[in-house]
Amino acid sequence: MKLKKGIPLIDQHDQNGFWGGKFGGSFIPETLKKPVEDLTNEFNKLRKDKKFLKKRDYYFKNYIGAPTSFIKLNNLTKQLDGAQIWAKVVSEANGGAHKIYNATVHALICKAMGKKYIVGDTGAGYAGKMLSMAAKKFGLKCKIFMGAKDIKRQKPNCDAMRKNGAEIVPVYSGSQTLVDAVSECMRYWVSNCDNTHMCVGSTVGPNIFVKICGWSTAQISRELKLQIKSEFKKIPNKIKLINCVGGGSSAYGFWSEFIDYDKKKIELIGVEAGGPKKSKLHAAPLSRRTKIGILHGAAAYVCQNKEGQINETESISAGLDYPGVSPMHCFLKDTKRARYTYATDEEALNAHQIVTKYENLNPSLEPSHAFAEAIKIAPKLSKDTIIIVNSCGDAKKDRDILKERLGKN
Amino acid sequence: MSFLINQAFQIAKSENRPALLTYTVAGDYTKKKSLEILKSISNYADICELGFPHNTPIADGGQIQTSAYRAIKNGIKINDVFLIAKNFKKIKKNKPIILMGYYNMIFQYNENKFLEKCKKSKVDGLIVVDLPYPENKSFASKCRKNGINFIQLVSPTTSKLRLKKIVKDSHDMIYYISMLSTTGGKLKVSSKKILEKYSKIKNQNKSKNVVIGFGITEKTIKSLKKADGLVVGSAICKEITNSINKRQNTVTNVTNIVRRLKNKIK
Repeated sequence: MKLKKGIPLIDQHDQNGFWGGKFGGSFIPETLKKPVEDLTNEFNKLRKDKKFLKKRDYYFKNYIGAPTSFIKLNNLTKQLDGAQIWAKVVSEANGGAHKIYNATVHALICKAMGKKYIVGDTGAGYAGKMLSMAAKKFGLKCKIFMGAKDIKRQKPNCDAMRKNGAEIVPVYSGSQTLVDAVSECMRYWVSNCDNTHMCVGSTVGPNIFVKICGWSTAQISRELKLQIKSEFKKIPNKIKLINCVGGGSSAYGFWSEFIDYDKKKIELIGVEAGGPKKSKLHAAPLSRRTKIGILHGAAAYVCQNKEGQINETESISAGLDYPGVSPMHCFLKDTKRARYTYATDEEALNAHQIVTKYENLNPSLEPSHAFAEAIKIAPKLSKDTIIIVNSCGDAKKDRDILKERLGKN
Repeated sequence: MSFLINQAFQIAKSENRPALLTYTVAGDYTKKKSLEILKSISNYADICELGFPHNTPIADGGQIQTSAYRAIKNGIKINDVFLIAKNFKKIKKNKPIILMGYYNMIFQYNENKFLEKCKKSKVDGLIVVDLPYPENKSFASKCRKNGINFIQLVSPTTSKLRLKKIVKDSHDMIYYISMLSTTGGKLKVSSKKILEKYSKIKNQNKSKNVVIGFGITEKTIKSLKKADGLVVGSAICKEITNSINKRQNTVTNVTNIVRRLKNKIK
C-alpha cells in the first residue's frame, strides 16, 4: 500500500472506489446505484468546469469568508515553553465551523443537478446548521437528520437550523447519535432519491461523498500553505499539523496540501475521541485498534463487535461521537503518513480551559481534543518546531455542556 | 446449485399462482420462537427468507428495524442464525430457505467460512442488501461454487444497460424492489406500473424467476398476482410486534396472516 505523489488523496482510489485496495468503496443498496452514479458524473464534470470553480471561489470568499486567519498563540506558547503553538482559526468561517465548505459545495451541486430538496445528517449540529444556511442561501428545501440525544445536547445549533427554515428529523433508533442520523438520512434518500440530493456531513459514506467533502474542505490547507509561506518566507523544517478526527473532514481539509511532504518535515497528527476516562466506550477506531468493517457504504476501521454489529460510542463531543472514520484516514494510517492518537473527555475539557484562559480563542469540544495533544507534546519539543492546530469549530454550541462540566457561562 | 428455489416456483406455476415468499428476522423475538414461527408459516409460504439482523440497516424501514433490534437485544448471534436454518431444514427439508442481510456480517465472519456454514446448514440462497452488482461478482460466483443461489436485486432506478448485465449475471431468482423506498413503505406506485417494469425484467430472460417485494401487504398482494413470486416482510414483522404488545400468541397470529396472504393469491 503506497501513497502517490502529485495526485490529490481524494483521487488515489482504484476503479471500484477503494483507497489502498481495501478502504472505501460503495456498499449501497441497488436503488442508490443510479443516483450515486449520476452524482459521480456530475461532480466529475463540475470540478473541471471553470464557471463552476469560479462560482465556488466566489462563495468561499464572499459567503464563507475565506481566508480564515492563521495566528500565533503567544501566551500559550510562552506557558508551555516548548514548540511554538499556532492556530488556523477555521471557526471564523461563516456559521462557525469548517462544515460550511462541504455544505456550500453540496448546495451548489444540488442546484446544478436541478434538485429542489436537500437532506443531510448531523452530530454536533454544525453540518446541519451549515446545510440549513446554504439551503436558505440557494433556495433549497432542507431536512436535517439528527440523533435525539444530540438534539438535546447541541441546542444552540438546533435553534439555528430551525431559524434557517430547515426541518429537524429526530432519530430515536440505536444510540440516538450521529451513527443513527446517518443511517436514517440514507434511508430517507433511498426513498426519495428521484428529487432529493443527499449531503453526507463528513468524509465518510460511499466513495463519491468522501470525495466531494474532501474536495470542499481542502480549501483550508490551500489557504494555510500560502499563509505559512508568507509568515515564514518558506515552509519551516519542523511542522506538526494537529487536527481532531471524527469522520475526518476537517483533518483531511487541513492536511491535503501537505500530504506529499516528508513526514519528518511535516507531521500529521489526528486526535480521536477517547471518551470518558473511565468508560470502555470510545469513538477512536484508528488509535484504539479496531478491525475493518463496512459502515454507511464504505469499508474502514470501525468500532464494532466480533459479529460485525456496530458499537455504541461515547464522547463529550457530539461531532466526534461516531464509530467509523474516513477511508482516507485509514489509508493515511496504514501508509504511516499520519499518526493517530486520542484524547479523553477530561483532557479535552482541560485543554478547552487552558486555551480559553490564555488566548482570545474559544475552540469547541472537537478541536479541544486536538489542543489537548498539542498541550501534551509542546513542552517536549524544540522552540523552532511549529505546531499548528486546526481550531475548526466555535464553542458557542457547547454552552450547555461547558456550563454543566466546568460551571462556565 | 440448490434446485429447491426453482422447484418452488415451478410448483407455484403449476398451481397457477405466484410463489409466496416470507421474510422474518432470525431470533425475533427469541431464537426458539423465531424457529417456531418459521416452521409454522412455511406450511403456507413457498420460500422462507430469514434475516440475519444488523444494527445499522441502511435499507430497512421501521418494522424490520424493530424486529432486528429486538432479535439482537435477545442475544442472536450469526451462529444461532445458522442453527435456526439447520433445525428448520431437518423438518422441512424441501422448503427453500434464503438468508438475507448486510455485507459486514458476512465480511466479519469471512466470506468462505460463511458460505461453508450456509452449505452445512442447507441454506439455498443469499440476499445481500448492500453488495450490489458489479461489486458482488466475486462473491456471487463463490456462492454458485458452493451450490448457493445468489439473488440479485433490481430497483426502479436500475438503468436498461445495467438491468441487462444484472440479469445475465443472476442465478435462478431476481428480486425486484417495487418502488423507491425502504422496506415496509406504503406502496406508492400503481400495480400496473410495477408490473410493467416487472415484464421488462422478465423479458430479458424468461427462465429467471422474478419476485416483487417492498410494500406488499394483505391489501396490495392480489394486484400483483401475475409475478413469479411475491415477498412479504414488514407486514409479518409488524404482526410480531403487535402480538407481543397485545400479549397474544405470535406463532398463531403470524401464521394467520401468512395463510390469508396465500389465500389471496390462490
